[in-house]
Amino acid sequence: MILYSLTFYLFSSVAVLSALMVISAKNPVHSVLFLILSFVNASGLFVLLGAEFLAMILVVVYVGAVAVLFLFVVMMLDINFVKLREGFLQYLPFGALLGIVLVIELGILFLTDRSSNIYNNQTPLQPIVSEVENTKMIGQILYTEYFYLFQICGIILLVAMIGSITLTLRDKGGVKRQNIDSQNTVDASTAIEKKKVKIGEGI
Amino acid sequence: MITLEHYLFLGAIIFTLGVLGIFLNKKNLIIILMSIELILLSVNINFIAFSAYINDISGQIFAMLTLTVAAAEAAIGLAILVVFFRNLGSIEVNKINQLKG
Repeated sequence: MILYSLTFYLFSSVAVLSALMVISAKNPVHSVLFLILSFVNASGLFVLLGAEFLAMILVVVYVGAVAVLFLFVVMMLDINFVKLREGFLQYLPFGALLGIVLVIELGILFLTDRSSNIYNNQTPLQPIVSEVENTKMIGQILYTEYFYLFQICGIILLVAMIGSITLTLRDKGGVKRQNIDSQNTVDASTAIEKKKVKIGEGI
Repeated sequence: MITLEHYLFLGAIIFTLGVLGIFLNKKNLIIILMSIELILLSVNINFIAFSAYINDISGQIFAMLTLTVAAAEAAIGLAILVVFFRNLGSIEVNKINQLKG
């Protein structure tokens, strides 16, 4: 149990510190790298909670796809990041005040929840106990009870894919394309022209 | 002993950091998108903590849905960012006033 606590504190403190670095790093490339660190630590916490499949999905989707997409965009665009940092400290007092108020309010919410005795919070959090493993459990429920949600997920991803392609597609002039309609409507009267060529002359 | 509250506090702190990131980096659209990712991560932590707490796998399914939506949102957001940069040559948020809203 002490090992579990130590692991939780290790992972959560690194996750929080790297989240702090995401919003305060000078270089956006460093921000993306700290975002990756934060997500890896969160996936460690998911393993502690017994959600191994989600942990692996988090690493694959975020570190493998989303963070690399961010890195790609940051490096592809020629942005003056020093200019964008102007006025960073200007909002710091207001932002810090807002953050402190938010954390205190959320803390009060959890603490009053404990005293209201609706449920007992003082039991240690354990992974779900089951004979089948986590991935199999998710599969058994995802393709039966939550099948429509699963399908909607696919549609959301399809819409996102089509949307981002159509947004960034640029129509460059001077590209020769096949016009199927005009190809199909061609007949002999328009395609062939008869010329009478005089002897000894060209056209 | 790690209880549900520890995870809820962790989620609350990461959520607040995400909101704070939106406030502090008011100009940089990329950092704002990353802050939204942090907020969605804190939501995921809460979902999975509650899933373990009530001993029900459904919370993990919903965490997966959040993950899907987060990935779609990142893709569309970055596409809009690229188009915006192509048109204006800058990603300053306070220059986004084309709609005159």
